[in-house]
Amino acid sequence: MGLEAKLSGDGFFVTQLEAIINWARKNSVYPMPMGISCCAIEMMAAADPRYDIARFGSEVMRFSPRQCDLMIVAGTVTYKMSHVVRKIYDQMPDPKWVIAMGACTSTGGMYRSYSVVQGIDQFLPVDVYVAGCPPRPDNLLNALIHIQNKIGNTRAKEFQNKKRLELNVIQNN
Amino acid sequence: MELKEIIIQKLNEHFPDAGFEFSEYINEFNIKLDKKFIQPVCKFLKEDSELEFLLCEDITAVDWARRKKRFTVVYHIFTLKHNYRLVLKCDVEEDDCNIDSVTSVWRTSNWQERECYDMYGIKFNNHPDMRRIYMPEDFEYYPLRKEFPLMGIPGSLSLPKK
Repeated sequence: MGLEAKLSGDGFFVTQLEAIINWARKNSVYPMPMGISCCAIEMMAAADPRYDIARFGSEVMRFSPRQCDLMIVAGTVTYKMSHVVRKIYDQMPDPKWVIAMGACTSTGGMYRSYSVVQGIDQFLPVDVYVAGCPPRPDNLLNALIHIQNKIGNTRAKEFQNKKRLELNVIQNN
Repeated sequence: MELKEIIIQKLNEHFPDAGFEFSEYINEFNIKLDKKFIQPVCKFLKEDSELEFLLCEDITAVDWARRKKRFTVVYHIFTLKHNYRLVLKCDVEEDDCNIDSVTSVWRTSNWQERECYDMYGIKFNNHPDMRRIYMPEDFEYYPLRKEFPLMGIPGSLSLPKK
């Protein structure tokens, strides 16, 4: 995981360096907009000048997973789509975080049906769940602040022994 | 003469054995016919210069669960010339679960028939590409049949590894 993997102690130099890294990291979260359905409209609204996600340093929505560190899953995830979402998540570089935006993404929502995954935590590690159908942009910004607090509390040694994920190969595509 | 009467007259004249049953429901004219005649009747309705049913709006099916002829395949077709909509219905038995495709008449019916196959398991003969359209191709069930549970069958659809 780069430089911080070498940092293990609790000394002055290490903690101060961690603080700087975390400060830089949490104020420049690049979101991966995984806009699958209607929540994506509110996600776009959060990026516009009225709500202005740029105030939190997250205005750079990259449409390539390889440049992102926060995945905003905004919308209904079906079983067929779940493989695609997971593949995109696997392509994001570590460290990475996930926001499950809206009722459908968090629990299946009103789609209590055979084709919809009842909560993306069945195949993704979710950090923050956002309530609402769809959530207001303020609510998404609140989730982003939670993510920032979480990033601010990370320690470098948490990343050291992290297992490298195996890439899922999509069979049927 | 009203368009409805013209249709009845023409169909009876050209297809005396098709077993037509005419009825009207909520301002829509319904024609029930034997499934063997669906392709020639559709071809006739489209190509007849007085009728010109150029638009195949929808192909779907109904699962009656307990009836002897379990499924009914429903065709909604439309003529731009007269601004008139027609419903064709064919009964299909569960043991003999197939019907002739009308892709040779309307090319749009390709995907509509695939959807019908995906959801009900009714095979369309002479269809160029008879595959599932929504569900994964290795899925073994037909979701809109009455015996299929709403929440699906556990384990039948795969999820990625966590």
